[in-house]
Amino acid sequence: MEQSVETTMVVNGGTVTRRIPARQHLIDFLREDLGLTGSHAGCEHGACGACTVRVDGKIVRGCLMLAVQADGKRIDTIEGLSDSGEIAELQQAFHQRNALQCGFCTPGMLVAAQDLVADHPDATREQIREHLSGNYCRCTGYHAIVDAIETVLNTRRGKGHA
Amino acid sequence: MNTRTESLVTVPGPKTDSGYIGHSVPRPNARRLLQGRGAYVDDLRLPRLAHVVFFRSPHAHARIKRLDFTRARTLPGVIAVVDGHDVAKFCKPWVAVLGHLKGIKSAPQYAIAIERACCQGEAVAAVVAESRAQAEDAIDHIEAEWEDLPAVVDMADALAGNYVIHSDLGDNICFSRELDTGGVDAAFANADVVVEETLEFDRHTGVTLEGRSLLADYNAAEHALTVYHSTQAPHMMQDIISRHLDIPEANVRVIAKDVGGSFGIKVHVYPDEMATAALSVMLRRPVKFVADRLESFLTDIHAREHKVRIRLACTKAGEILAFDLDDLTGIGPYSVYPRTSGIEGNQVVNLTGGPYKHQRYRARLNVVFTNKNVTCQYRAVGHPIAVAITESIVDLAAGKLGMDPAEFRRRNLIPDDAYPYTSASGMKFEKLSHQQALDKLLALMDYDKLRAEQTELRRKGIYRGIGLAAMIEVTNPSPAFYGVGGARISSQDGATLRLEPTGMVTCMVSVTEQGQGTEGICAQIAATAVGVGIDKVRIVTGDTGTTPYGGGTWASRGAGIGGEAVLQSGKVLRAHILDVAAAILQASGEMLDVRENNVVDVRTGEVKLSLAELGRVAYFRPDTLPMNFQSELMVTRHYTPHGYGFAFTNGFQASLVEVDTDTGFVRLLKHWCVEDCGTIINPLLVDEQIRGGVVQGIGGALFEHCVYSPEGQLLNGNMAEYLVPMAGEMPDIIIGHIVTPTQTSELGAKGAGEAGTAGAPGAVMNAINDALKPLNARVTAQPVTPERVLRALGKV
Repeated sequence: MEQSVETTMVVNGGTVTRRIPARQHLIDFLREDLGLTGSHAGCEHGACGACTVRVDGKIVRGCLMLAVQADGKRIDTIEGLSDSGEIAELQQAFHQRNALQCGFCTPGMLVAAQDLVADHPDATREQIREHLSGNYCRCTGYHAIVDAIETVLNTRRGKGHA
Repeated sequence: MNTRTESLVTVPGPKTDSGYIGHSVPRPNARRLLQGRGAYVDDLRLPRLAHVVFFRSPHAHARIKRLDFTRARTLPGVIAVVDGHDVAKFCKPWVAVLGHLKGIKSAPQYAIAIERACCQGEAVAAVVAESRAQAEDAIDHIEAEWEDLPAVVDMADALAGNYVIHSDLGDNICFSRELDTGGVDAAFANADVVVEETLEFDRHTGVTLEGRSLLADYNAAEHALTVYHSTQAPHMMQDIISRHLDIPEANVRVIAKDVGGSFGIKVHVYPDEMATAALSVMLRRPVKFVADRLESFLTDIHAREHKVRIRLACTKAGEILAFDLDDLTGIGPYSVYPRTSGIEGNQVVNLTGGPYKHQRYRARLNVVFTNKNVTCQYRAVGHPIAVAITESIVDLAAGKLGMDPAEFRRRNLIPDDAYPYTSASGMKFEKLSHQQALDKLLALMDYDKLRAEQTELRRKGIYRGIGLAAMIEVTNPSPAFYGVGGARISSQDGATLRLEPTGMVTCMVSVTEQGQGTEGICAQIAATAVGVGIDKVRIVTGDTGTTPYGGGTWASRGAGIGGEAVLQSGKVLRAHILDVAAAILQASGEMLDVRENNVVDVRTGEVKLSLAELGRVAYFRPDTLPMNFQSELMVTRHYTPHGYGFAFTNGFQASLVEVDTDTGFVRLLKHWCVEDCGTIINPLLVDEQIRGGVVQGIGGALFEHCVYSPEGQLLNGNMAEYLVPMAGEMPDIIIGHIVTPTQTSELGAKGAGEAGTAGAPGAVMNAINDALKPLNARVTAQPVTPERVLRALGKV
């Protein structure tokens, strides 16, 4: 029989307690059990970044972490980050610059971008590209995404738009 | 600029301006995707939803001796375990041929293979369970006994036909074509310069970030099937599901909500998807299939795999006299339904040499079956091959003459004043702008300065290369593409526009959205045509139950065909609105116009009536209107491209690279593309289509390769080993435009979605060879991996 473990975590600010199969990945738990379908399963082996979420403030691949490992931790997903307004500036910049097409990579891309914007306010264009190198986008060719993030950084640095 | 003189949108009363057309309006539908609130197939939840997982052949070619489901059936959550015979009772097989590809042949293909598997990854059984994890657990307990059959893996072996994969077909040739203008041998005999080269293009695949996915929901009481599908062509799928599952067409509803990337991957019929639909009927409950990443690599269509010999004859003065082409391409064990796997090779024949004015051309094409995964139409279909081989051999000729590659091209491009023009391969061009595009490109990139810098750096042992690629591109295909061959694929699209009582406009359109911005540009066109703000427009796509019938979005057709349908529908709705306004105001409709959500006096612009008030009267108080007046505030119009088989576009790309001659690594420094897609509806979206396409082309040129072993085993089917372009390695991409609207529609828009992918591989390979030229080295196979560069340099 499948072994389940009682697990408690704070997801987007709310406490969630569930018996979770030990083998279930965090991304599947968020999507299947909590209905938080904004985070996507793209490759399920840690290469594409579509499942990027935040765990205790650090960005994590939801497909490389077991849900039970989230016990006692704080999880933020695209839904929570949108509702709290934390990434509103990035979302606005992505929208204006059309830094998304099909949108499947976008939640992971935004979570990764927010990590950069918060921790590396002086990032150059090259550093933005480097930081996003774990997030695959088949549609945009990345140029617009880099532009959008650069715009947010420049605005914050008071330099106006790129 | 080649803009037309008359106004873009003509309406009753004086001309209006172009409204939202030509403006970089952000896509309204992007908001939900930015918040993770899209609805991809795997996000949907239905009561009694079951999950299907497929048991796939581990062999390239093997007979199924025995399948034993005994243990698998006993596992927790398992609802059914089935084989090909079980599913064949619910889904008829298909053979993918088209009448206009003379002689094309293929073998019957079943939703789940019966008796033998013809490539690794072909499904031979399926498990349906209450959860995906339970289905995957059960798959491990299916027992299979196989008898290995000879695997034809190499294209040349397939052509030689020592072993025939489908014995009923007689040989391994799916399709052959020869084209000859005559005079080719004489042109080569009399030429001052003859160059020849053999180029190879390995297989790659689409790697859509969202895997293929389908959720089929059968209602036994109504004998009706609702299919939520990640697809580009809902009506095509409705027709196919109806015919192969024997359900009346009107009882099949295909809904494509958000689609996580397509690029041609999601416009084909996949056996596992058909099996999923059949299982829903069989089990009388909703069944969902989502391809995981490993399945995607094994079973999403692959693309390319060509070996091409190309020859060019020219004069001392640099005049191209003739091209001679021989293309061999391998497509896997079946031609893919319903578009066939003959189209890509056919396009290579049609498009090679396309930008140039030579009159002599000969081409031979062989499309052969192999025991690898199937190949079929993928973004830019045939163009990347045709452009790369043409532009490679053109560079070789220029080099032999000691002529600058830009100058050599300039002398041979079809002049901008030569249209209409028929190419040596018989393609009819309405109006192209190669010369303007080349001039613009060279100015944009500061070509002369880059050449000077290149020379300077070579003295320091830095090997930079500049590569150019001219291109033509098939867009807005007419029925000549598929319909004439018997495929039930619509080249016509339609739009229904309805004025709502509040003055909003709902637009239901048959072209689909996979991220290109189809819904965004349709909103721009609808708002412009009717005379309302874009915030008043709602677009509905991707639902055979609500939109007009149409083809969907593929072959760079969404804006040019679907957009025109929206425009025509919107114009008629505007006229109908004015009829109602005239009745309410007891004025002449010719004295009125619709502007910014209001009916206004045409001369003064004075607001006479808001559309909200007009809607209220028309819908709720028609009793106040004249007795014989009936308002018609819902309008449908269709558009079929006519006059030309395709609205050809043209463009020019350039790539700047630096090659590390010790490691073989290629660093992309910058990329440029000048494109002429006719009327630009939204510059922001067009530029991003081109940039994304360029990067997809770069992927094929430098990284992407489905590596097969000699036994037909895919060796790198995962994202750790199959390399895709990531942000760190990609360059900034500079875009320029020439605007030559097509006169075949009022909108004047041609396609833009595939241009980047068409030209980038040729430009990048030429840039690498330009860098390697002083070292007398040359790469001739894509992807151009570091190993291939080092081999060319004789270092490994």
